[in-house]
Amino acid sequence: MPSSLRVVLAEDSVLLREGLIGLLARFGHEVAAAVGDAEALREAVAAHAPDIVVTDVRMPPGFQDEGLRAAVALRAARPELPVLVLSQYVQRSYATELLDSGDGTGVGYLLKDRIGQVEEFLDALTRVAAGGTVVDPEVVRQLLRRRRDPLAALTPREREVLGLVAEGHSNGAIARRLVVTEAAVGKHIGNILGKLDLPPAEDTHRRVLAVLTYLRA
Amino acid sequence: MDVRTPWQALTRPLAYPRSVWPWRSAGYLASGAVTGAAALAVLLVLAMFSLLLVGLPLLLFAGVALGGIERRRLRIAETTPAADPHRVPDTPGLAAWLRIRVREQATWRELAYAVLHATVLWPLDLIVLAVCLGLPAALLGAPLRLALDGQETKVVKAYLVTSYPEAFAASLLGAVLLVALLYPVAALAGARAAMARALLAPRETELTDRIGEVTRSRARLVDAFEAERRRIERDLHDGAQQRLVALTMTLGLARLDAPPGSPLGDQLAKAHDEAGQVLTELRELIHGIHPQVLADFGLGAALADAADRSAVPVDADIELPRLPTAVESAGYFAVCEALANIGKHSGATKARLTARYASGSLTLLVQDDGRGGADPAGGSGLTGLADRIAVLDGTLTISSPPGGPTLIRVEIPCPPPSA
Repeated sequence: MPSSLRVVLAEDSVLLREGLIGLLARFGHEVAAAVGDAEALREAVAAHAPDIVVTDVRMPPGFQDEGLRAAVALRAARPELPVLVLSQYVQRSYATELLDSGDGTGVGYLLKDRIGQVEEFLDALTRVAAGGTVVDPEVVRQLLRRRRDPLAALTPREREVLGLVAEGHSNGAIARRLVVTEAAVGKHIGNILGKLDLPPAEDTHRRVLAVLTYLRA
Repeated sequence: MDVRTPWQALTRPLAYPRSVWPWRSAGYLASGAVTGAAALAVLLVLAMFSLLLVGLPLLLFAGVALGGIERRRLRIAETTPAADPHRVPDTPGLAAWLRIRVREQATWRELAYAVLHATVLWPLDLIVLAVCLGLPAALLGAPLRLALDGQETKVVKAYLVTSYPEAFAASLLGAVLLVALLYPVAALAGARAAMARALLAPRETELTDRIGEVTRSRARLVDAFEAERRRIERDLHDGAQQRLVALTMTLGLARLDAPPGSPLGDQLAKAHDEAGQVLTELRELIHGIHPQVLADFGLGAALADAADRSAVPVDADIELPRLPTAVESAGYFAVCEALANIGKHSGATKARLTARYASGSLTLLVQDDGRGGADPAGGSGLTGLADRIAVLDGTLTISSPPGGPTLIRVEIPCPPPSA
């Protein structure tokens, strides 16, 4: 993954668009195109072949979820295209729909508030561009309160670990956060995958499936 | 008793001759003779044209027009006005008017009345007037006729009067007859008016239609309110929220530039956190005004999200298609209010939400294991929601015995989803 990303940006608010261009440029990323609606987003992606697409959910012409629809459509055409969706809503439905697109890797669903946490935002951007899966901690926190099948089988600690996986953290990052060894995290994840009935396969894939199970629960 | 019809006037026979009712009754019959004769003339002409088919729609016009005139004329006999049974066409123009009139039963009742009035009723009116008023009047006028004619005069074309005593006797008879025959006048006028009302005034079902119209106008008000709500949400979302995001971004960048641990850095951190909190609060506020997920994904997803947000854990069992916007909106806010009440008042540890659509009706059930005793009349937010649901012909029922559990049931009829 290049340290400098070619970004196609879709955001209808001029103020925010200019701010994001400045922010990304300042940290060495190249904004190949910045557009204001979903149709222009599709054209810009076709024209520029970016490393990552960053898009707002609500955009013209309908000001509903055009941005999200465009992101899902783009990933249907190119499942490996990394997409980071910025949303003004803590909404499971949006996150689930996005994660369902493609194979669930290289997608992110972040609250717009997160742009203000500049380093967190850039970190999420690079992780998604590298094929990671990132769900906003706020969405994850809300879901953590739910105690329902198929997560009923998980211990509180396993749920905590799964929450951090959903936010898109690596085993190392989770270990640091929980102040345990990376091996312990690996063991927890193994248990989670077992309890969620996700048979062994390629590792990152199963992680995404676990996150999806988690979001749908 | 407030006398409203000739028949009611007859129930007080002694007061009747001195009241205004004999005049009203006679006036009604006399004007009926005029409109009836005119209607006969018009119908005869139109009937001739009908042979060429062009007269048929005109016949319809004539019936409706006469109906209008006769409803107004009814005010002569009765004090209660007769309402117009016709619906107002949605679109202007003759074609729309004709389309709606042809389908209305009232139009055909009016035509029937017109035919009846033109052929049978108005001659009857005239005969009764002639016998009950004309005959006594002729008798009353006998002395005058005698004075004018000289030696002798024929009263009512039959009875020869030759002297003043005879003439005055006839006059007296006339006076007595006049008073006596005033009663049948009112009886006939009452019968005619009752019949006109039966044929020309709206029926029960047509009144129900009208109530439907009133409900529709209330529904339009609710729609307008809903639109306003969305406009406010959009303004906040596209304005204040975007600016705040831009502000926190600027503050975030500034923080990176400020030397760590410096007073400037601390101030910036404080401002940054503050702006972040305002942003969170604004997001919650906007969501409360109108959740975007409701418009994008529908009631099912919106309810699942509401269950996510609930302070009390909610076991949600939701299976819904997309439904009309007004129904989704009313259902959503009802469940939100119910869940908020559970969180605030019930002391419940868990709640259960069931949402189904079956045979033309949306059913939402919210049940908790709390202490019960919820009072829907206690000025709770549920009263307002019950009103909104009532506009959609729906019902909101609450069962909440002291000690619990509380069960809230919302039912809203709506057409099946188009998709």
